[in-house]
Parts: sequence; structure tokens; C-alpha cells
Amino acid sequence: MNTIIFRTVSPVLVALTLLFSAFVTLRGHNEPGGGFIGGLIAASAFALYGLSHGVPTVRRALRFHPMEIAGFGLLLAGGAGLLSIVFARPFLTGLWTFPSVLGVEVALSTPLFFDLGVYFVVTGTMTSIALALEAREGGV
Amino acid sequence: MAASDPHAPAVDLAVAMVTAPSTASDWLIVLPVVVPLVTGAILVMVRHATHLHRPLTALGLALLFGIDLMLLGRVVAEGPLTMMMGAWKPPFGIAFTVDLLGATFATTAAFVALVATATAGPAINTAERRYGFYPFLMLLMTGVTGAFLTGDIFNLYVWFEVLLISSFGLLVLGSEKAQIDGTVKYGLLNLVATTFFLIGVGLLYGTLGTLNMADIAAKARAAGPEAPLVTIAGLFIFAFAMKAAAFPLNFWLPASYHTPTATVSALFAGLLTKVGVYALLKVTVLLLGNQTGAYTDLLVVMAAATMIVGALGAIAGSDLRRILGWLVISGIGSMLIGVAVGSPGALTGSIFYAVQSMLVMTALYLAAGVVEARAGTGDVRRLGGFYAAAPLFSGVVLVLLFAVAGLPPFSGFWPKAILVESSLAVDRPGLAAAVLVSGFLQTLAVGRIWLYVFWRGGPEGTPDGAIDLSGVRVIENPADRVALVGPVIVLTAAVVLIGLVPTAIGGLAEGAASGLLDPAGFTARVLGAPAP
Repeated sequence: MNTIIFRTVSPVLVALTLLFSAFVTLRGHNEPGGGFIGGLIAASAFALYGLSHGVPTVRRALRFHPMEIAGFGLLLAGGAGLLSIVFARPFLTGLWTFPSVLGVEVALSTPLFFDLGVYFVVTGTMTSIALALEAREGGV
Repeated sequence: MAASDPHAPAVDLAVAMVTAPSTASDWLIVLPVVVPLVTGAILVMVRHATHLHRPLTALGLALLFGIDLMLLGRVVAEGPLTMMMGAWKPPFGIAFTVDLLGATFATTAAFVALVATATAGPAINTAERRYGFYPFLMLLMTGVTGAFLTGDIFNLYVWFEVLLISSFGLLVLGSEKAQIDGTVKYGLLNLVATTFFLIGVGLLYGTLGTLNMADIAAKARAAGPEAPLVTIAGLFIFAFAMKAAAFPLNFWLPASYHTPTATVSALFAGLLTKVGVYALLKVTVLLLGNQTGAYTDLLVVMAAATMIVGALGAIAGSDLRRILGWLVISGIGSMLIGVAVGSPGALTGSIFYAVQSMLVMTALYLAAGVVEARAGTGDVRRLGGFYAAAPLFSGVVLVLLFAVAGLPPFSGFWPKAILVESSLAVDRPGLAAAVLVSGFLQTLAVGRIWLYVFWRGGPEGTPDGAIDLSGVRVIENPADRVALVGPVIVLTAAVVLIGLVPTAIGGLAEGAASGLLDPAGFTARVLGAPAP
């Protein structure tokens, strides 16, 4: 795996894949996509980076341990459900707001944050597994 | 929403969604799941700051216990409560429905976890803490509480998965050979049970077109004879009996429960099999109560065999915690009587037995942990002299051993008396005899523990009258001593209290039993309309 072609191309691919994972996650509310598949795509990006540059590089680039990212996702998803307590609605009720940012209407909602939570849980968990497997093989 | 609002939906959402505002007290229904989930998430985030884990877990469990108590108070006062997740009404949405049975079990589970976790300070080593003992514990509590409180049968499957995955994690924490061996057996058999459960859920949905428990309870009784509900009930009984470790599906329990740290096996013994019993009670009595008549004889034999086999296994065992594992199984047999007989009295006895068993078995496993910490072994042949070394602790354990054998005036006596009485009332003298015989065998088994570990002067080979305490180490750090022995004493105090004042738990169990036998009332409370 340690060819110069792979090592040169992989950072570009990783950046594109991460961008695509964000796109897939955000379009997921109304069209195919969402946090789960987006998280898988992001995890595959980190796994690819681990193959080309080694697991320690990925861990440094991530700053946080993948499991911590997964914990953050769980907290975000739970928090999105809890927000409805303020509006006297049952747990996990979808709440929507449509603020106008620079003249463009942006749909913000608790389902969005729940989906982002799923995204982080899946990213963190799958990255954690992938990096552990790659490290077991002795890295690059 | 105003008519000019461009985001107003074109349809009337009131048909499918709850529009009434939910009060803070409605949130009591879901908070027992949210609190451990959020605590678990925070613990995963701060996984390297292991010094924060213990106080955060204690805080989370104390909060959980407090909320459970408030919830129990409300259920006692008002009957079953329900909250629709995301405001979507069934059959679209998932409902959380708390009846007296679920609230009682959830509260006891939270109390047991809160007390038992105090022993984790000295009992769980740094490596196990780093691998995530506390996050796994909180997620286990999320799963256990979710299973007790949910009102949707597929959601029950999800919580089973949550607690199973967390328990796999807790089992392998130490990464020892025996632990991995135990986990493989435990994991494989539980996966088989879960698969059968899932097949049952799928068939049930295909037959009745609903997953909401209240809806199932109504539709199962309205369904014609062509609906394969007896088969579905059989699948559920198989799956939950395996999870509850009923004979002949019990072999995974003594093979796995003694392998992890004492704190973990105490929690498993106190909580996990009871989730299986709970699911069995709920599904076979409340949901499909009119369909399980075909299985009555089978269940009666199963209950009797589980009681006797468990007690015999306990007599034959030589490892302290393995013996306790067999005693757990024997207790499961007593709890199955309610499922088998289905009369109000038998159900009361079973629920009472389950609640006190959570306390007694957890306390006994924790006590076994103290013995192992001091003697360095769990082999009863190499133990001895504990009465001479620690008379107070020995007295406390004697109370627990009496309670598990069902000797008066401790907590195990009352439910057994109720079970014998109600077995005779429905003309099942064999079942009543099985309770009494298993009680006698249990007394022999616990007498053997008492004689070997506590009463005699030292390990095997010590001459009569001599006292050999060389094998019994003293726990030097007084804080560790309090953390290890304190929870045993607190739980024993609860056991004695239940034994002396049985009416409190007995009343709860009676209410829970009558709730199980009133599916129409349950459906009316949850769906807001009488059953069609």
C-alpha cells in the first residue's frame, strides 16, 4: 500500500470523501442519505488515510479519540431529543425554526441535530474499529 | 400554527400526533432512560479522565434512583402512564408505557446498581476502568431501564440489544482466558435467544399489524383462531426463558457469571435474568395471556425443574460464585410459577420473589467478592475461618443465606409462602412440593457454604478446634473495607426490612400482578379508548 501514487492521491481523496459525507448527511432529511451512511463514508475516509499515512497520523489529525467522538454524538442526539422539554412536547419531538441567513432561508431542526449525533456516533465507532484493525497489522 | 405560515402542514396532524402539552411529570416516564444514556455518553467523552468516572456514575445512578422513585409514586397513584416518542401516536410512533411492574423493577434495579457500584472503587482495577467499566455500566442501566419502561415490543428488543452489548463489554473487561470463554458461551446463547425473539416480533407484526404492547394486548384477544398466536407465544417463551436461564436453557449462566469482577457478576445476577423474567411476565401474561394456555403444563414442569436443578447444582458446586449462579437459577424457577399458573396469587408471589431476589443475589455476589478479595480464591474447599476472622460480616452473610433459602423471617420466606399457597389453590400440589423440596435443597446448599467458608476453623485439612487464618488477608485500607463491605450491609438491611415488613413490597407486587391480569384496563389507559 505504500506506493507514492497512493500516498499522493489519498489526502485529496480523504478531503473529498469527508466533504461528500457532510453532503450526504445534510441531504438525508428528505432524500436518500443521513447520519448513518454519512458516518460510514467519513469513517472510510479516515480508514483510507490510515492505510496511506499510518494510524498515528490519523490519530493526530483527529485530535480526539474516535470513541470520544462517538460519545459526543450520543450526547448530541440525546440533547436534541431533550430540547423538546422546554416547549412542553414529548421526548424527541421534532422542533423546527427557519431563520433567514443572508437572505437565504435555512431550515434548522432537532431532527438535524439528532442526525448529526448519529453521524458522529457512526464515524467514531467505525473509525475506532478500523484504526484498531489497521494498527494490529502493524500500520503502513 | 397560523394559516399564513408557509411551513404549516397541509394535513391535520392531530390525528397522528399528540397535541396536548406534556408536563414535567410526563417526562418522568422517559428520564430514567435519558439520564443513564447521557451520563454514559459523557463518560465515553471523558474516557481518559478515569478519576471523573466514579463521581459522575454515582451522580447519574443517584439521579436515576430518585427519578425512578418519583415515577413509582406516580404510577402507584395514577395507574399505567404513557408517553409517545416524538409525539407520534401508535401505531406510527413508539410509546413508553410504565405500569406498576415495570416501575417496581426499574426502581429496584436502580437501587441495586447504586449500592453495588460503591464496591467498584477498590474492586475494579485501573485497566478495567480505562477499558470503560463505568460507561458500560451506565449503558447497561440504560438498556435495563429501557426494557422495563418501554411500551413497544420492538423497542423492547432494542433495549435487550443495548443491555446485551454492554454486558458483553463488562464480561470481557479483564481480558482473561476464563472471561473470554464465559463471554463466548454467554454471547452465543443470548444471540440465539435474541434471534428467536426477533422472529417472534416479526411474526407478531405480520399477524396483528402492530408493535405497541397495549394494541397487541387488545388485538391478540380479538384475533380469530387462524392467527398463529400460539406459535408466536412459544417463540417468545423460548427466547425469554433462555434469557432468564430457565431449565433446560440455563447452562450459560453458571458458565459465565463467575468470570468477571465481583461487582459485575453481582449486577448481572441482580438485574439481567430479571429482565428475562420481566419480559416473560409481560408478554405471556399481559400481551398473549389468552394464548399461552397450551404451554401451562410445559411451564409448570419447567418451573419445577428449574427450582430443583438449580438447587442441586448449588449443592454440587465447589466455586463460591458458581454456587451462587445455581442459586440464581433456582430462584428463577420460583419466579416462573407466576408465568405458569397465571393466577393473581402466583403472580404476586413471583413478582415479590423477583424484587427481593435482585437485592439478595446482588448482596451475596458482593459478599463472595469480599471473601475472594480476602482469601484470594473462590474455591470453597480452600476457604475457611471467616467466622473467626470477621464475625460481623459472617452474621450479615448468614442473613442473606437464610433469605435465599427462604427461611423466616427474611425476605425469601414470604414470596415462597405465597407461591406454595397459590399453587395449592389452583390444584398443583406437585408445584407446591417442588417449592418446598427446592427450599430444603437450597438450605443444604447454603448450609454447605456457611460450614465451609465461615464456620470451620480453616481450609480443608485444618484439625477440629484449631483456627488457621493464614489464608485470610486483612483489607488494610479502611476506605476499601467500607466500600467492599458497606454495600453488602446496606442490601442486607433492605432484605431484613422486607422480611419484617413484607406488606410494602407485597402490596406493590399485588398491584403489579392485578395490572398484568387486566389487559383491557391497560389498553384503555394507554390508547385512551376502550378496546374495540
